Amino acid sequence: MAQTAPMIEIRDLSLAFPNPASPDGRTLVLRDFNLSVAAGEFIAIVGASGVGKSTLLRVVAGLVPPNSGTVAHARNGASKGRRPYGLVFQDARLLPWRTVRANVAFGLEGLGLPGAERRRRAEEALALVGLADKAGRWPHQLSGGQRQRVAIARALAVDPDLLMMDEPFGALDAITRQTLQDELLDLWRRTSKTILFVTHDIDEAVYLADRVILLAGSPATVRSEDRIGTARPRARDDNAARALATRIRDRLSDLMDGGGI
Amino acid sequence: MTSPTPPDQPGAALPAPGKRIPPSAFLAKPSRRYRGLWALLGVIAFLVVWEAVPRLGLVRPVLLPPPSAIPQAFAAEVRSGAWTAAILQSLGHYLWGLVIGSVGGIAAGVLTGMSRRLEDFTSWVVRLLRPIPGLAWVPFAIIWFGVTPTAAIFIIVLGVFWINYFAALGAVQAVDRDLLELADAFGHRSTPAKLVKIVLPAASGAILAGLRTGLGQAWMSVVAAELFGVPGLGQRMMQASSLLATDIVIVYMATMALFYGLVDMGFVALRDRMMRWKA
Repeated sequence: MAQTAPMIEIRDLSLAFPNPASPDGRTLVLRDFNLSVAAGEFIAIVGASGVGKSTLLRVVAGLVPPNSGTVAHARNGASKGRRPYGLVFQDARLLPWRTVRANVAFGLEGLGLPGAERRRRAEEALALVGLADKAGRWPHQLSGGQRQRVAIARALAVDPDLLMMDEPFGALDAITRQTLQDELLDLWRRTSKTILFVTHDIDEAVYLADRVILLAGSPATVRSEDRIGTARPRARDDNAARALATRIRDRLSDLMDGGGI
Repeated sequence: MTSPTPPDQPGAALPAPGKRIPPSAFLAKPSRRYRGLWALLGVIAFLVVWEAVPRLGLVRPVLLPPPSAIPQAFAAEVRSGAWTAAILQSLGHYLWGLVIGSVGGIAAGVLTGMSRRLEDFTSWVVRLLRPIPGLAWVPFAIIWFGVTPTAAIFIIVLGVFWINYFAALGAVQAVDRDLLELADAFGHRSTPAKLVKIVLPAASGAILAGLRTGLGQAWMSVVAAELFGVPGLGQRMMQASSLLATDIVIVYMATMALFYGLVDMGFVALRDRMMRWKA
């Protein structure tokens, strides 16, 4: 790894939800989370549902304040016409009253860009996800996979340093999911974005990421971190990847058996 | 080897990509032509029964004039200039009352829907004022404004206001929280930005439904407001009924129905254009 300044530096992050039933009025969901993400890295965070993965992304995006700890973000050059983060949710979350093009341009509004420029960038992002010909459609006219592609285009349109994805393929059927996984890898290669990818699908994490971080426990902590050296394009049935996925699964079930969760 | 899928295989039941799945029999619509025909038959049957009742002597024609007598009464009313004058006056009341009541109701509803504090602050006042029907305000309308168009407009505004207020309030409160989070995530964090980009479009369907209800309610209020003497369609109807000119009363009833129908049709066309993004 090149020793450049990290794109994102998360230090000693703790997260709690208000909980009137507990003695101190809150429940700690995530404790002492540290992560340093290099530019261009693809990181997957895996863990069971409710472990606080999604909340972690929201903290990094500044949507939810942390209870303690810091998130430092190295801005890449001028940020005119850009936003630091692009976020993709599990549901495509398109605005039904906007055309596909206007949905993609959503994040470009308020950046001081002229309308023609917003339009050009929206269409550029749509072309990246292979939906250039759907720009004038309404969201309800698209399939689930297409909608999620539009959501990805919307996140890419703001030219973010960091693309954050919250179980983006979790609601799709298996075939569409595989297609979109490969498309995402292709996009990542072409745009050299840094990606923070949250999923509960260990196979997906191992197939996509450079590093897989396992969150478990209550409050959740980082239980393991694996670097995947396999060169891309990777085979889905790659033996080393399968072995790693099995190891991660075993760790998770050990933690569950051992009352760690 | 490729051969067409035999119809008994499950794959054959799938619709071609892009094709809509045909609706079930329960939702199946009869063809448009027959629906129009049935609607027309219904109107004819209604007119026939109405015509028959006074003609067969079941009711005296002065109590219920037959529909065949109406065109003549209408022509006379137009010739005398009374019809045009009454319509213009009433339309003036209608439009002002509708615009003020709708804009005010929607604005108040949207603001209240966006602020929990404002909702709490107004909740008891609203609960107190809401059940008072517009007509109950007639005494105050006369005391404050006299028997003037302003008094009529005031009554109409009150009727329209609450409908739009509650429609807008409910619509704004029902806006999907996830969409507001989306706005935050993409940099639209200020209240005005959220209002314009998320809340108003998301609430537009229910707000438009409220507006449409108001369009009808306002016509009712027009008649009610004019019955106490403000010049217009309602006043003309009262005059006619005191002279037992029931055919003229019906002329104005039909006029109102016609105007309401036109306004509603125009509104639906506009709404469908605005809501063409709906599936």
